[in-house]
Amino acid sequence: MATPASVHAHAPQGFIRKYIFSLDHKVIGIQYFFLALTAVFVGMFLSLLMRIHLIWPSAVLPLLGTIQPETYLSLLTMHGTIMVFFVLTTAPQGGFGNYFLPLQIGAPDMAFPVLNMLSFWTTFVGFVVIIAAFFVTGGAPLHGWTGYAPLSALPSAGPGEQLGADLWITSIAIFCVASLMGALNFLTTTLDMRAKGMTMMRMPLTVWSWFITAILGLLAFGVLLSAGILLLMDRNLGTSFYVPLVVVNGVVMGHKGGSPLLWQHLFWFFGHPEVYIAILPGMGVASQVLSTFSRKPIFGYRAMVYAMLSIGFLGFMVWGHHMFMSGMSPYSAFAFSILTMCIGVPSAIKTFNWLGTMYKGRIRFHTPMLYAIGFVSLFVSGGLSGPFLAQPVLDIQLHDTYFVVGHFHLIMGVAAIFGIFAATYYWFPKMFGRMMNEPMGKLHFFITLAGTYAIFMPMHYLGMAGQTRRYSQFTEVAYQQKLLPLQTFMTYAAIITIAAQFIFVINLFWSMFKGPKASDNPWEATTLEWTTATPPPHDNFGGVTPVVNHGPYEYGVPGAARDYVMQTDPVTSATH
Amino acid sequence: MGLALLLLIWLITLASTYFFVAKTWWLPAGASAAAGWIDHQFALTFVIMGIVFLAAQLSLGYIVWRYRDSPSASPVEYAHGNTTLEIVWTVLTAILFIGLNLMGSNVWASQRFDAAEPGAVQVEVTGMQFAWYFRYPGPDGKYGATSPKLMDPSAGGEAAVGLNTSDPAAKDDVVTGTMYLPVNREVDVSLRAVDVIHSFFVPSLRFKQDAVPGLNIHMHFKPTVIGEYEIACAELCGLGHYKMHGMVHVVSQEDFDKWLTAREAEKQ
Repeated sequence: MATPASVHAHAPQGFIRKYIFSLDHKVIGIQYFFLALTAVFVGMFLSLLMRIHLIWPSAVLPLLGTIQPETYLSLLTMHGTIMVFFVLTTAPQGGFGNYFLPLQIGAPDMAFPVLNMLSFWTTFVGFVVIIAAFFVTGGAPLHGWTGYAPLSALPSAGPGEQLGADLWITSIAIFCVASLMGALNFLTTTLDMRAKGMTMMRMPLTVWSWFITAILGLLAFGVLLSAGILLLMDRNLGTSFYVPLVVVNGVVMGHKGGSPLLWQHLFWFFGHPEVYIAILPGMGVASQVLSTFSRKPIFGYRAMVYAMLSIGFLGFMVWGHHMFMSGMSPYSAFAFSILTMCIGVPSAIKTFNWLGTMYKGRIRFHTPMLYAIGFVSLFVSGGLSGPFLAQPVLDIQLHDTYFVVGHFHLIMGVAAIFGIFAATYYWFPKMFGRMMNEPMGKLHFFITLAGTYAIFMPMHYLGMAGQTRRYSQFTEVAYQQKLLPLQTFMTYAAIITIAAQFIFVINLFWSMFKGPKASDNPWEATTLEWTTATPPPHDNFGGVTPVVNHGPYEYGVPGAARDYVMQTDPVTSATH
Repeated sequence: MGLALLLLIWLITLASTYFFVAKTWWLPAGASAAAGWIDHQFALTFVIMGIVFLAAQLSLGYIVWRYRDSPSASPVEYAHGNTTLEIVWTVLTAILFIGLNLMGSNVWASQRFDAAEPGAVQVEVTGMQFAWYFRYPGPDGKYGATSPKLMDPSAGGEAAVGLNTSDPAAKDDVVTGTMYLPVNREVDVSLRAVDVIHSFFVPSLRFKQDAVPGLNIHMHFKPTVIGEYEIACAELCGLGHYKMHGMVHVVSQEDFDKWLTAREAEKQ
């Protein structure tokens, strides 16, 4: 079913068609990557301002002055939204997925190149719209990234809830449309464009992870899009989907009969799968990298595939665990709780199998490998706080405290970011034709691993002690004031960790132009992207259609000429 | 490099565990009937997850050091996995996680599905930007009518919750900004919110429940230790969220009666 290579053989010549409105999945992947890079620095800067405000609330910052309590809430809203949508969803799937999915399955491009271009530029517009929310009258919204109604539905409920909130919803709606287009493309490409011999069970685990993520995206973003449109209607057209009769500051609003819980159900029906949209590609990359640098086949390939499938499947049935305290029926808590605990099972399988992959391997400590090891560590740490929160009875104490903030930052924030870093260091040579600097990469890794633990592990202690999240100051509640020294420690850790990210940026741009030239297969890896030139030609394989003879992780094969057998190597009896 | 990784992972693991085990920061002392159960379930979960955490992180650190590549390293084991092992750890984690979950369910059920004990103190809790109000129905045991049109937050007290003073049942209603409760008696709480969602969180009483506009949520709990406990709003409700603070005073039945009588007297 693959598109004939001749269609793609002639690369476009003009600058605009080649680099701006490109149809080439590789260029689009790099565009997504740089969009996410921009977004992550914006999001990180916002978190820096938040950390500073928590500790030095009256500090006068250059250009920004003193941060007000409502500004703090805008910062956290925008930090969360930008990070979740424009970084954690954009980089792993839009960026690396776009670039490497066709390469890893031996396709010349995505199934729908025009749709691919459209989905990137739609995402870009979404980003512009959300950034615009900072600059309108009233500023950015303060309702948090979860946008709970009625706070998010009533322009008079707080500063930033006017035009800023409309832009916030519009941006998310635009992002949903873009993600739906992207998901369709990923699914079609994976199902239809695989090279000869690339059976589903020979696909690299990265491809599986992008494929499953696309299924989740297709099912989840449609719901969020609808929910967002209803919210816009409540705000601007006087409907009452989410707002019952309410009185804001003594003024009776015109709404009647709506349900605030409806928004939460719709939002979390998207929101929980979104967690897996962020982390699944990281799991794929970790598997790929751990196998490559341990020089060993992945432990339990089939189990890994089934684990990802069941994580994706279960991920749609657990949204209610965000709502144990919301006032929904306490009976449903049982179902949501037990299904949530079930997700622990495939997650544990993955962890065991990553350890099993390294066990009795010969581990090479290149930077991508360090990040993959860091991913496993963070996945364990962030994952194990899950069974606390999944029990309604413990959630009574922990819900909406820093315990939750620590939990989701470790698992869907930092672990996913470590997946992105592993992918960047791993695939940079293929994407840009040069190697990144190893000592700088290692320094960046060690500071980032220690630093992120220093920021996010204390959040669990704070949460147990009852420190509520989304407080712009801790001065009003006596027991929370006592926890300030720990908050101060976290702010210092954040400043150091954020500073260390500039090592990465310098390394990235310096290596792009000055790094040593990369060979076609610098890591001695086995998957199809390493069989083609570096960087790959416009049609990916230079007019040749690869034929796949082996599974994706054939390392240490006894009797083979070298310690790895590439997927396109001729058939021998040695591999499975 | 392998050794550096081992040391860093082990250091992070042991330091994190130390602060948990030393209880440097921990749940505040429980002061309600449910606290014992909740804390027990917390401790059980904590021990199990702690063991898994230590086992996973310490072996991760060990494996990356032990199996580092070097000229003298033994050749890798060419294996694609082990089905028996996969089944063993799948079944074990399933039993562990689901079992843990079932153990905690009783506490949840008893708190939510059983009605409040007869003779429970009735208190209506109303959240609004950015204050909590507490209403006691008075000797008639009935809450008077309230109306959104009458709500005037700037006036505070009865006017803030929109009490309709012409309703006979409202005559003896007491509305306060601080919650008083008698010790060792069940409290039947009705939770309401007038503008946006708030969350009534009293860490020492192990109690948290969102107050949602349009819903009247009934919950019950029993304070068991005399003292003053802080209320912190736990659901983002706007710019003053961080100062939506209140106090629960748990006092003896005698003091509670005195306090309530004094409030009734003030009204007349």
